[in-house]
Amino acid sequence: METIERAIDPSHMKISDEIAIQIRAMNKWYGQFHVLRDINLTVHRGERIVICGPSGSGKSTLIRCINRLEEHQSGQIVVDGTELTSDLKNIDTVRSEVGMVFQHFNLFPHLTILENCTLAPIWVRKVPKEEAEETAMHFLRKVKIPDQAHKYPGQLSGGQQQRVAIARSLCMKPRIMLFDEPTSALDPEMIKEVLDTMISLAEEGMTMLCVTHEMGFAQAVANRVVFMDQGQIVEQNTPREFFNNPQSERTKMFLSQILGH
Amino acid sequence: MANAVEKPKDSFRPSMLLYDTRYRSLTIQIVVFALFVAAAAWLIDNTVRNLSALGKDFDFGFLGVRAGYDIAQHLIPYTQNSTHAQAMLVGLLNTLLIAVMGCALATVIGVIVGVLRLSSNWLVARLMTVYVEMFRNVPVLLWILLFYTVFSEASPTPAAFRGEDGQSMLLGLFAVTNRYTAIPDVAVERGFGTLDLGLFSLNLTFAAIVVVLAASFYVRHRLKARARAVQESTGRRPSTWWKSLLIVVLPIALLLWVLGTHLLVPSLSGFNFTGGINVPNSFMALWLALSFYTGAFIAEIVRAGILAVSRGQSEAAFALGLRPRRTMSLVILPQALRVIVPPLISQFLNLTKNSSLAIAVGYLDLRGTLGGITLNQTGRELECVLLMMLIYLAISLIISGGMNVYNSRIRLKER
Ligand SMILES: Nc1ncnc2c1ncn2[C@@H]1O[C@H](COP(=O)(O)OP(=O)(O)OP(=O)(O)O)[C@@H](O)[C@H]1O
Ligand SMILES: [Mg+2]
Repeated sequence: METIERAIDPSHMKISDEIAIQIRAMNKWYGQFHVLRDINLTVHRGERIVICGPSGSGKSTLIRCINRLEEHQSGQIVVDGTELTSDLKNIDTVRSEVGMVFQHFNLFPHLTILENCTLAPIWVRKVPKEEAEETAMHFLRKVKIPDQAHKYPGQLSGGQQQRVAIARSLCMKPRIMLFDEPTSALDPEMIKEVLDTMISLAEEGMTMLCVTHEMGFAQAVANRVVFMDQGQIVEQNTPREFFNNPQSERTKMFLSQILGH
Repeated sequence: MANAVEKPKDSFRPSMLLYDTRYRSLTIQIVVFALFVAAAAWLIDNTVRNLSALGKDFDFGFLGVRAGYDIAQHLIPYTQNSTHAQAMLVGLLNTLLIAVMGCALATVIGVIVGVLRLSSNWLVARLMTVYVEMFRNVPVLLWILLFYTVFSEASPTPAAFRGEDGQSMLLGLFAVTNRYTAIPDVAVERGFGTLDLGLFSLNLTFAAIVVVLAASFYVRHRLKARARAVQESTGRRPSTWWKSLLIVVLPIALLLWVLGTHLLVPSLSGFNFTGGINVPNSFMALWLALSFYTGAFIAEIVRAGILAVSRGQSEAAFALGLRPRRTMSLVILPQALRVIVPPLISQFLNLTKNSSLAIAVGYLDLRGTLGGITLNQTGRELECVLLMMLIYLAISLIISGGMNVYNSRIRLKER
């Protein structure tokens, strides 16, 4: 928890009334297995939500449904006014609005850092190459690795790779960012550099949904913590309430485990 | 560097030859090489002795003698009066033709089938599986014979194409008959003639086309390199696509126009098609059988290569908004190539060597000329077989050398 030095005061952050993501009565099955049960979640623009819960509780599945890497079977998911259905156009619209950062970075190893960042803008947004490269350099400067632009992902440290992955997503100018355990595959000293990048994103008002076990990050940055267990949202609250005054037994047990007794 | 000089030098001890990593591999290589030379010398000495005891000598003089047999398909001028060397060359060119066309078709089939076999369309995926399992589980010789039988038994005679109610030609250009497949020929009105080079004569028209094509592709390559340099210094990439299109298309179009090129469509006269090229069914059967057989193996290689790229890669591409087809061509296939190319080389080599099964359908390739009729007529088994082995070895080394260069180029991009 001491990795976070720069706590931001959530009350300063602007959260508009505008709704960014609306999930209503959503259910998902893997074959017979009911992974997500009756999920209801509303995310306002500018909100920073941390999703936590025990392993296998469906956190990854939930945020992967938001950009349709996974399909839901019932209920409704509306992202930025576009409902996710099997309509390819809607899926394209949502995916170009929503950026995603993965636990294992998933950079393209055959492309340079710069090419990683310009691939989607060039082929999806049809931005001229030169302009795409300028944008890419802008975001690479922002995540503090402009000097690595012409290297390949394999030549970078884990923390640097994850920051590139964040920059790669930002190059598509998304309005919402999803993070699936972005620091779980990193050594402690690299966790900080990635969290710092995410904090500065939050300070700029990016709408963020973040699956993480970094409770320090949750307390410092999130304005809401969502706790999931067995495919259900068990409890959601402000970080202060969530950590100091958990409501359900399940949450108390989880917190005592993760915070060390 | 300074450090390296100051380091105290170890004094050399003979045991270091075996136990010091600096010398160990060199020692082993020298020992192996010496053993190899000794074995080869013994073998050659033994053979020469035995041959002379039998009253035979080792002599390639027969290559200059009149061959006296016909070869149906010859890419260079050839008659019965040509020499055995020329017969060998005709056979070699026929082998190369089958090898090149077979590798090309097999690759196309393999990539398409390999990708489709992973398709989410159940029917398409199953059909591809059936194709792969059928072809790779039956010996290629049987496939060659089957294709040949289908061509020669199930196709109409050329005469069946006669008249209003006869068979009609495919697209008006091709005719598959029980003896050959008639395809259009390309003819020039004003050729450049031929240049006699002793062993064979060079078709100058053909040479001119090759030279012009090679030159324009070289210029295009230079253009791209310059565009890249301009981009690196100024950040702006000059648009090159129309220039490169012009550079490639214009000279060859001009040359073809100067030559007065036109298409000769085959037409029936008497009992046969004339005007176009009549490709013997032996060639068609061999070509298709080898391509479909090898294509099945290549499909499996392509599939394995695609599966070797982690799911996270396509998920990342999807999350960025790339469509599945673009994801395949921009993200998955470039990475899969690293896995695909090395086993692909062996498949190309296999196809080339399997082409010697041509003998089964009477297509005269290197094995059929030099290793078949020439060998039987002259009785020079050792010379013929040695020569044949050397030529197949050379072809194989050229293929794998070329592919290895390609392989190292796509690997270099990694790091
Ligand atoms: N493709 C799949 N097919 C079948 N079951 C799956 C699939 N993906 C996930 N599951 C199951 O769904 C459940 C939820 O998985 P999910 O990855 O969302 O959990 P998680 O909360 O992210 O866990 P973790 O903290 O370990 O990442 C797990 O029980 C998992 O085994
Ligand atoms: Mg997960």
